This record gives sequence, structure tokens and C-alpha cells, in this order.
Amino acid sequence: MSGLNGQEQIVSDKLGAGGEAIEDGHYNLRLYVAGNTPKSVAALVNLKQICEEHLAGRYRIEVIDLLENPQLAAGDQILAVPTLVRRLPPPLKRIIGNLSDSERVLVGLDLQPLK
Amino acid sequence: MTSISASIATGMLLPKAPTGISGFDEITLGGLPAQRPTLVCGGPGCGKTLFAMTVLVNGATMYDEPGVFMSFEEASQDLALNVQSLGFDLQGLADEKRIAMDYVRVEKSEIEQSGDYDLDGLFIRLDHAIKSIGAKRVVLDTLEVLFTGLGNTDILRAELRRLFGWLKEQGVTAIITAERGEGSLTRYGLEEYISDCVILLDNRVEHQITTRRVRIVKYRGSAHGTNEYPFLIDDQGISVLPITSAGLAHSTNNEAVSTGITGLDSMLGIGGFYRGSSILVSGTAGTGKTSIASSFVDAACRRGEKCLYFAFEESPAQIIRNMRSIGINLQPWVDDGLLRLESARPSLFGLEMHLARMHREIERFKPDAVVLDPISSLRGEQGEVHSALLRIIDLLKSNGTTAVLTNLVSGQLVTDATEIGMSSLMDTWLSLVHLETNGERNRGLYVLKSRGMSHSNQVREYVLGIRGIQLVDAYVGAGGVLTGSSRLAQEAADAADETRREQEIMRRRREIERRRATIERQIADLRSSLEAEEEEVNRLIDQDAAWETTFTSNRNAMAARRGAAE
Repeated sequence: MSGLNGQEQIVSDKLGAGGEAIEDGHYNLRLYVAGNTPKSVAALVNLKQICEEHLAGRYRIEVIDLLENPQLAAGDQILAVPTLVRRLPPPLKRIIGNLSDSERVLVGLDLQPLK
Repeated sequence: MTSISASIATGMLLPKAPTGISGFDEITLGGLPAQRPTLVCGGPGCGKTLFAMTVLVNGATMYDEPGVFMSFEEASQDLALNVQSLGFDLQGLADEKRIAMDYVRVEKSEIEQSGDYDLDGLFIRLDHAIKSIGAKRVVLDTLEVLFTGLGNTDILRAELRRLFGWLKEQGVTAIITAERGEGSLTRYGLEEYISDCVILLDNRVEHQITTRRVRIVKYRGSAHGTNEYPFLIDDQGISVLPITSAGLAHSTNNEAVSTGITGLDSMLGIGGFYRGSSILVSGTAGTGKTSIASSFVDAACRRGEKCLYFAFEESPAQIIRNMRSIGINLQPWVDDGLLRLESARPSLFGLEMHLARMHREIERFKPDAVVLDPISSLRGEQGEVHSALLRIIDLLKSNGTTAVLTNLVSGQLVTDATEIGMSSLMDTWLSLVHLETNGERNRGLYVLKSRGMSHSNQVREYVLGIRGIQLVDAYVGAGGVLTGSSRLAQEAADAADETRREQEIMRRRREIERRRATIERQIADLRSSLEAEEEEVNRLIDQDAAWETTFTSNRNAMAARRGAAE
């Protein structure tokens, strides 16, 4: 994860790059970080893992480094980092932390843990 | 105050950021510590946000220090609306890039926590906002929302400590507001982190009246006023009333100003009050306290001086109408801007608020004379009223303003008026009394004291007529000092006596005249009888002489005849 610079998109869905016309059940997630810190790295690793496990093929992750785009912090009401924002499906959800507690992440994303 | 003045020189070593809040910069000797965080704490509704906003807006508009307002409680639009009532145009300032606002929304229900995090997001936002307008001042209102919104106090505490350190590094003057906690200054102990300057705002309700107060709890590296100072929030913004009197170093003025009542002027050794002195007019209901105060105001305005009249029981229109009935027309002075009548019910605000308001009006209007009518309606603890009046009198004295205070006393006893220990504050004390005799009440006035001048010791009767207040010459008779109709009766009796005496003299004069005429007549009679007698005698003498001549000639003739024979 050395290349965590600027905006990075990890796409694992069958939709266009703009994310338009997203069908039900598709997840548009944004991870806000501040620089390449151990917390950011851990958060991205944890997030990918959870998504692969539960949302394979129907999620998209945008990583936003606030050091590069500080104006986005205010616009998206970011306070703590790392913050994961579920932009779609509505409603908007926020999960703060390095996402090490996957149970809480699943609750936050309204996903039922796998039986 | 002396300790404060002495350390002004050293206090100046610490750079200060002036707040532009009248009174506050005085008690902090210059403002908040520049480039350091200040904690403003207080209970709900005590004006923390307004205080912080005022400092920020004043910084942007008066001191060319742009500022960032980061709100955790209110959305920017709401905030802008709220402070519009104070005349702050936040949107305009934001458009000019002198103020930046950022609303940090923290909603517990929307945030899930999973693992370790930090508040870099907040730092980045703040940093971005500061850099975007080159801010010198920052307000964080209220950080504590984070504690309820995020919950993880361990992380928060560490992060807040880092935040305050970071703010210092940025070289911004920061104000952090915090809710007051039980038994501690703030609910989450923020005072542990911000030790440079802590300001406590308070909003107390006593006798169903709220009073706002501000206290500087600590101010590292600077002297400051340590008392609780009342402050005022109204459409004019925030003003703090500095209590500390400037010692007793008022300069004195030897000039006399007329009381507006000729007779009263002559009762005072210098022909009036000293300019800049404090005058108490005390009396029971209906003795004419307002009339005497109005006479003074009228006279002052006639001299072209500015007067400020604080009425606590009557409206301006009422005073003007009532005074017109005794021939004092105040309306022209109001129209000319020489006189301002300020009315407010005593129960409208607390005592301190009244004082803060008066203080502000006095500072703005800069009157030559001030009337407080009546001070007895200012309610509060006895000691508080006293200290409050002391402060206002100190202010007036240091400005060289003549003050007339009226005081309603309940009884006839002079000691009643000293209930609030006013006497010692006053230079001149006029006592108005009702003299009750023979079924009528008459108004009497005497000078109870008047520092620095000789004064009459008489109780003078006065009447309120259509030509103002007239002092009547005291009638001192056998039965003591008489007033009212008994004075008139006595005067009438005296006049009758006088007439009687004059008539008696006239009568005597006439009698003498008569007697003189009689006697002169007698003298004339006697003289004429004497003349008659004298005439008779002369006639006899003449007869006698004739007889003698005849006799001699006869004898000669006879002798001649005989001689011929001899």
C-alpha cells in the first residue's frame, strides 16, 4: 500500500467509472485518511478484506487523502481519520477508526455478518 | 486597583489581542493573550458563543485580524442569523474573506466506531480554514460536543491536548468555549489543558432577575481584575462594566453650578452645587424629588450642558408632562439633544444590568449631569445596591459629571435614608420633609449636609407653583417656625397689628394737633385781653395827661388872674 496518494479508486463492480446508475445492493464507499500513516494503511487493508468477504463484486472504494485535498474535510464533515463513509446505498453512514473491529464495521455498513 | 496599575508595565510584556469589548479589555489590561488559547466556560445561555463571536468579529473589523469560527453546535447559517441581532454581518465578512465559518457536525447516531482513530481530520479542516483567510483568531465552539459525539474519551483527551499545542504552534489567538461542569469549571476538565487564560461567564437568577457576570479565573503572565464583573448583552453587543474604582483620585472642581432654584442656591454657601459632585435628594412620597431634579436638569440645559436622566418609575413622556405643570419645559432640551431621558423598570433587569446599561449610556452620551430617579427602586441585596451605586458614582466622579440621585424614604426619620449607606458617598444631601401641622402638610427643605461649603441650617418651606419651585422665606415667630396656612394666618395677624399700631399713632398725632390748636387759641384770647387792658391803661394815662395839662393851664390862668391882684 505504498501508493496511497491522492485519490485512489478501488473498483470491484460492473458499473461505469462515474458510479452512475448503481443498482440496489451496490456500495459506494469512501475512506478518508490523512497521509500514509499506519492507521490509514490498516484501515484500507481491513476495509478491503471486509468488502471482499461480504460485498465481492458490488462495491467501490475511494481513498481520499485529506492532506492533499484539505477542502474536502469540511465538505464531507470529516473530523476523525480514518473515516469510512458509506455514500451509497443511502442513508449516509460513517465509521471512524482503523476498522480493526470488523463486527462494528458490518453494523455500521448495515451488513449482516456471514452466517 | 493599585496592584493592577503597578503591574501594567509588566503585563505589557505579554502580547495581547484586544477584544474590542468595552470594559473587558480594561479588566484584562489589553485583551486576551495573543497567540494562545483561552478557555471561556459557563453554563447554558450565559453568552459564551456571543462572547467568542464578538471577539472574532471585532478582530476582523477593528484590528484587521481575520478569524475562523468553528462551530460544533450550530450550523453556520443559524449562527449568522443569531448574531445578526448584534449587528454582525457574518455573511458579508465571510464574502470579504475576513471570517471563515465551519460547522462541524457530530452526530453520535451517525457515527460508528471501529478501532483506533485520531482527529487529524479536524486539524486539517482548521488548518485549511486558517490558511484560506490568513486567520489570526480562532474560535472553537464547543469542543465538548466531541465527547458526547465520539465517546472515546481517552483518544479525545490525547487529541485535544495535541490540538491546543498545535493551536499555539500556529500562532493564533484561540477561544475555546466549554460548558460548565458540576463542581469544576468545565464538564470534561478542559481547564487542565488550557492554562493560559480561563474566563468564566455566569448567568445567575436572583429575585427572579438574571444578571450576567464575567470573571477572569486565571490569566497566566498578566495581572487582571479578579472580581466578578457584570456584563450586558443587548442590541449594542456585549459590554462589561469594570467595577474597580480608580481609587479616590477624582480631580475636584471648584465651580458652582446652579440648582435651578434661586432660593436653594442662596442656601448653599457657594451659590449652588459643586460641579462634579454627587447630590442626594431624599424625601417621602410626594415631596417633590423629581421636581427638584428636573429644575436642576432644566438649569443645566439652559447653560448648554448635556444631561442624562435615568427614570426608573416614570416614562419620559410622563416626566415631561408632569414637569410642564410646574413650569419646567423639558421638551425643547430633548429636541435639541441636550437631554436624554432613559426609562426602564427596575424589575426589567437585575441591578448589575441596570448599572451596565447606565455605564454604557454614560460612556456614550458623555453627559455633564446625570439624574438617577429614584435609586430606592433599584432592588437587590443591600450591600450590592451600595457597591453598585458606589461604582456608578465613582464613574461619574471620575468623569467630572454632576450626579443628582433621588431617594424615596419611607418614614420621616432621616436615618431611613441611610439604609443603603448612601450618606458617605454623597457630597450634598438635600432632605425634603413634610411638615404636618394644623391639618395640612407643607413641604420643607433643608440642607442636611454639603461638603466643602457653608450652608443654611434652616428648614425652608417651598411651594411647587406654575413658575417652578419657589422657596418661601422662613417665618420664625413666637410659636416657632410656621408653615403653610398657619404662616399665612400669622402673617395676616402681624399685618393687622401693624395697621392697628399705625392707626393709634395717627390718632395721637391728631389729638396733639387738636390740643395745639386749642392752646394757641387760648394764647390768642389771653393776648387780646391783655391788649384790651393795655389800651384801657393807655387811655387812662392819656386822660390823666390831658387832665394834668388842663389843670396846669387853668391854674396858670387863675394865677394870672390872682397875680394881677397880688
